[in-house]
Amino acid sequence: MLGRTDLPNRLRVISGAKDKDCMKCGKCSASCPSYEKMDIRPHQFVSYLQRGDVDAMMNSTTVWACLCCYACIERCPRDVKPAQIIEAARLMLIRRQGDTPYVSADDIPELLDPDTPQQLLVSALRKYTK
Amino acid sequence: MVVYTYYPGCTLKTQAARLDSYARVSARALGFELEEIDQWQCCGAVYPLGTDEVAAKLACVRALMAARDSGRPLVTLCSACHHVMKRVNHDMRMDKDMRAKVNNYLEDEGPYGGETEVLHYLEVLHKHLGFAKLKEMVVNPLSGRKIGAYYGCMLLRPSAVMEFDDPENPTLFENFLKALGAEQVVFPQRNECCGGYISLRERERSAEMAAKVADSAARHGAEELITACPLCLYNVNKTSGGKLPVVYFTELLAQALGVEAEEEEAAHVG
Ligand code: SF4
Ligand code: SF4
Repeated sequence: MLGRTDLPNRLRVISGAKDKDCMKCGKCSASCPSYEKMDIRPHQFVSYLQRGDVDAMMNSTTVWACLCCYACIERCPRDVKPAQIIEAARLMLIRRQGDTPYVSADDIPELLDPDTPQQLLVSALRKYTK
Repeated sequence: MVVYTYYPGCTLKTQAARLDSYARVSARALGFELEEIDQWQCCGAVYPLGTDEVAAKLACVRALMAARDSGRPLVTLCSACHHVMKRVNHDMRMDKDMRAKVNNYLEDEGPYGGETEVLHYLEVLHKHLGFAKLKEMVVNPLSGRKIGAYYGCMLLRPSAVMEFDDPENPTLFENFLKALGAEQVVFPQRNECCGGYISLRERERSAEMAAKVADSAARHGAEELITACPLCLYNVNKTSGGKLPVVYFTELLAQALGVEAEEEEAAHVG
């Protein structure tokens, strides 16, 4: 078991992102289609990792609001990869909790309609459950 | 006849059967064949972003190995499959650590080092056949039809890995439409997100995002949209209620090549 102080480094490793290269230009947040739904915006998410506040990252609305559209990764001038930091926080949360506050695997069949593509079902299972 | 090794993916066997079947009849008309891999497994629909996610990449690696052993490029159609396949292949070629971990898992099936060339169907038309040749083979030009190409996210980003087109100013689908004789409509939202998987739990959000895409296309004069992504099609069609129909690009291809009817007989699941 890793102690709590190791969490930021663990998150850094899982994310493969380069938070230390961030120059706080805000381009990631300006590119983000989910910006308004995030309590911690993409550029702030990078700062949270720099400060090591992993609990706040894991409990943010951001981990459920990110769509993995890769706009932030494409447009970041420093190749920081903010979405990968968000993804790592989400992974750490679902690995710890199994079911998430956002949606549980049992809820998913209820949410389907006759046109739902398998792609949606599979992506949601991958993103929201362990 | 040129043969390509082909990875259809789950959605093309069910909801998006038309994306697949129109592609196959069109390929035959154009002089190539898609030979499906035996016993492929689901790509996972989203690329496993975590650096410690190894097992989630195995399905793709097995498909990539099958293609390598066939001695042919691997062709994909679904934007999501293409995205995941291309990125996993890139990892296997470029990321020494990931390559070692995956090959450990594979044991006697491996090793694999990213040797396969992954091509999207549109890239086959563009790079191997050529749009000029495609144009010559069109028998029913789509004259007068105002069509917008909705790229979405998965084909374009991250461009350093996908190498599909300019991520901010793509032209591949527009050139494809031009070859089919249609009037291509360029609109600002064509490379923005439809909401993706958020539509499972927050339909309102994807509706809002997909509406932005549809409104942007309509404002610029589009009367229909094409896509290669079943989830983009679902999200936009749900929102626009058919006002701005979204169809798979292969359906228009089959129409222009005059082989649309052949698909009607062959396909249609359920
Ligand atoms: S775009 Fe990159 S450099 Fe700019 S704030 Fe975001 S992460 Fe930092
Ligand atoms: S990948 Fe996530 S954080 Fe980045 S721009 Fe898209 S939705 Fe925003």
